[in-house]
Amino acid sequence: MDLEAAKMVGAGLAAIGAGMAALGVGNVFGSFLESALRNPGAADGQQGRLFIGFAAAELLGLLAFVVAMIILFV
Amino acid sequence: MAGEAETAKVDPMYQFTVEPLLGETWNIAGYNIAFTNSALWMAITAVVLFIFMLGGMKRELVPGRWQMTVETFTGFIEDMLDANIGEAGRKYVPYIFSLFMFILFANLLGLMPLGLVGLHPFTFTSHFTVTGVLAIMSFAIVLIVGFWKHGLHFFSLFVPAGTPLPMVLVIAPIEFISFLFRPFSLGLRLFVAMMAGHVLLEVLSSFVIDGWNAGAGFGLLVGVPSFLLMVAICALEILVAGIQAYVFALLASLYINDAENLH
Repeated sequence: MDLEAAKMVGAGLAAIGAGMAALGVGNVFGSFLESALRNPGAADGQQGRLFIGFAAAELLGLLAFVVAMIILFV
Repeated sequence: MAGEAETAKVDPMYQFTVEPLLGETWNIAGYNIAFTNSALWMAITAVVLFIFMLGGMKRELVPGRWQMTVETFTGFIEDMLDANIGEAGRKYVPYIFSLFMFILFANLLGLMPLGLVGLHPFTFTSHFTVTGVLAIMSFAIVLIVGFWKHGLHFFSLFVPAGTPLPMVLVIAPIEFISFLFRPFSLGLRLFVAMMAGHVLLEVLSSFVIDGWNAGAGFGLLVGVPSFLLMVAICALEILVAGIQAYVFALLASLYINDAENLH
């Protein structure tokens, strides 16, 4: 396999990270909804924490995108 | 999004090109300071934001719709700072509010379908230089406030309260690295989220164009579903524009909280 092909394969593999981040973000919002429906009174107070968790999970997926971009274009 | 419909091959990265609009030969100390499309859209964002705020500062006794909109935003940021920093958060309301509104308006203006009338909307938040500077500004406030208020005691930020002594050797370096990564992650998150969304829209639009160029069969099979998906993704992008502005402001206020209320 020459370098160009290997780069393309590597960028494709980096897309797995984006899918994993999808699992993470879905887990954050899913768990929030699950517990928010059990105790709707406490849900509004936890929205800040919800978005902190979302931001942390999402960042890792975005890093996978950055890795793919670096492999392809740098 | 639209605009380069004539070319068969669509370059999804072309929309991020920074082009000098005037003053290509203006140089200061070897650096070019041309007025670029990025600078133009920053100016447009600032003007739109200024007009938006002006409409809400009439101090009417019975607020109209415009004033209610502006007051909703200011109240939203004030509540966020109250919840995250507490009483000391009041003095950061102007900074966090400007940060939030500037990013929000920039994201939304970049999504405007101005390509239909021939203009080329440019989302300057999809450039790491811009988001990086915003992140460094927020981080500088954290450092200045932290060292101003607590002096060298600020370094105890890296040791969570109640850590057993053997664990300090492990935890302190990790906390230190995570602290140093903060401005980077703050800028990176906004820049990549905006850039990925715009690339996605561009790629889907290239599916529509190439599909119809390949014939009516491909147009119906590929072009129409891609177009419907594009409309849905546009709606998602409006949501992302709001969420990313909120997350940026939220994390900036959390980091300021670390400096303001050292444990």
